[in-house]
Amino acid sequence: MSTPTLKRTPLFDAHVAAGAKLVAFTGWEMPVQYTEGIRAEHEAVRDRAGVFDVSHMGEVQCSGPDAEAFLQHVLSNDVARMAIGGAQYSMLCNHDGGLLDDLFTYRLAADRFLTVTNAANHDSDVAWMREQAAGHDVQVEDVAGAYAMLAVQGPRAREIVEQIADSPLPARMQAARRIILGREALVCGTGYTGEDGVELLLAPADAPAVWEELLRRGVVPCGLAARDTLRLEVCYPLYGNDLSPDRNPIEADLGWACKEDTAFIGSEAVRRAREEGTAEKLVAFKMTGPGIARQGNPVAGGGEVTSGTMSPSLGIGIGMAYVPAERATVGQDLEIDVRGKLRSAVVAAKPLYTKETDG
Amino acid sequence: MAEASYPDELLYHPEHDWARIDDGVATLGITWFAQDALGEVVFFDPPEVGSSVSAGEAYAEVESVKAVSDVVAPLSGEIVEVNTALADAPEAINEDPYGDGWMVRVKLADPAEADALMDRDAYMGTL
Repeated sequence: MSTPTLKRTPLFDAHVAAGAKLVAFTGWEMPVQYTEGIRAEHEAVRDRAGVFDVSHMGEVQCSGPDAEAFLQHVLSNDVARMAIGGAQYSMLCNHDGGLLDDLFTYRLAADRFLTVTNAANHDSDVAWMREQAAGHDVQVEDVAGAYAMLAVQGPRAREIVEQIADSPLPARMQAARRIILGREALVCGTGYTGEDGVELLLAPADAPAVWEELLRRGVVPCGLAARDTLRLEVCYPLYGNDLSPDRNPIEADLGWACKEDTAFIGSEAVRRAREEGTAEKLVAFKMTGPGIARQGNPVAGGGEVTSGTMSPSLGIGIGMAYVPAERATVGQDLEIDVRGKLRSAVVAAKPLYTKETDG
Repeated sequence: MAEASYPDELLYHPEHDWARIDDGVATLGITWFAQDALGEVVFFDPPEVGSSVSAGEAYAEVESVKAVSDVVAPLSGEIVEVNTALADAPEAINEDPYGDGWMVRVKLADPAEADALMDRDAYMGTL
């Protein structure tokens, strides 16, 4: 059996130096955690500031006179409503409304957009978008190699990045060019942790210096494991776990990011699902007794856990699962088959963790 | 988590379990190496008192934030006690794997099985 060659981000040496445990993740050799452990990293992001290397994620640039019309055609949200310097979350759907990816898009100019893809879907997203571009005056460029990406997250993240920026950072859901530590960066007020913070898109060669400077200023390096516990506490879906081509945005509870009137690819199926309802719905749950449900555990009475972990902030097992629509109501008791033992859980409101009540 | 340690008075199984035998009863747990590989333990699912365990087979589950693992019995016998304190403080498995982090006590079915286990130096040679 041959071992596939794993790709490395420009920060690979920095991860090794910081004592990271490295794992294979969608073809990349990525840090899953550093020396202090998942809980310490998780708490650093909830209480102070942490930084994630998310350079494995891909980028696609769409430019040209039809760029807006083209993205309106392939993305589920209303792209025309995005101002220059704005950010928007949307789905990429197939013709049946099945989920191909979930994406953030930034409008860099009237006729130029940058879309961030999930690493595992990047190549197929680019191929799909190019296929749909026929008849549009748009250039669809795979620019994944042009960027490293750092997510700096936590209540102090913005203030620390601002100390090394040439001017104040863009607000939440805004993106702008800034000089960070003397280097060109696209700074985006987005993230995947439920905390305030920014994501920095940098030239690969510039990323290590910025990473080192953030660590020097007390930002804690955080791995994929903490990224997963943080996102799950605030119920952000993870493509490959909670989202797949077999699910549409309505059953995934992402109808808010779909504007069927824009007639995007898959919009008819999404409209039908919204009007008629779906057999199953993606819900959040909390364990009410011992045990921690994990991805793939069946739910008694139908459905399946798509993400599950121990919540460091709440101190209980949490997760998300597709369950029959009639049982997808907050307060519904569930029994989950955790490796042959039925464990008790309850459907809970999203997000599972909020600053106001728990912070 | 403290520094790596492997007490001299224990017997070791290649699946990173230890046994402390006293008058036909063995106290079992996982080694420093095992708890370090797991990361922060958040849940210990014990067997029932009175159930039997077989050497080389799983008798319990230990769960960290990111994964669940089976705990393998180094010796065969009947469970006579489980460490109920781990229900509320599973982190003891990380903090004190040979002390407060013990998992079960087993009345040995065949004390001669202990001859197949490794001493400290032999186990450390496998790491």
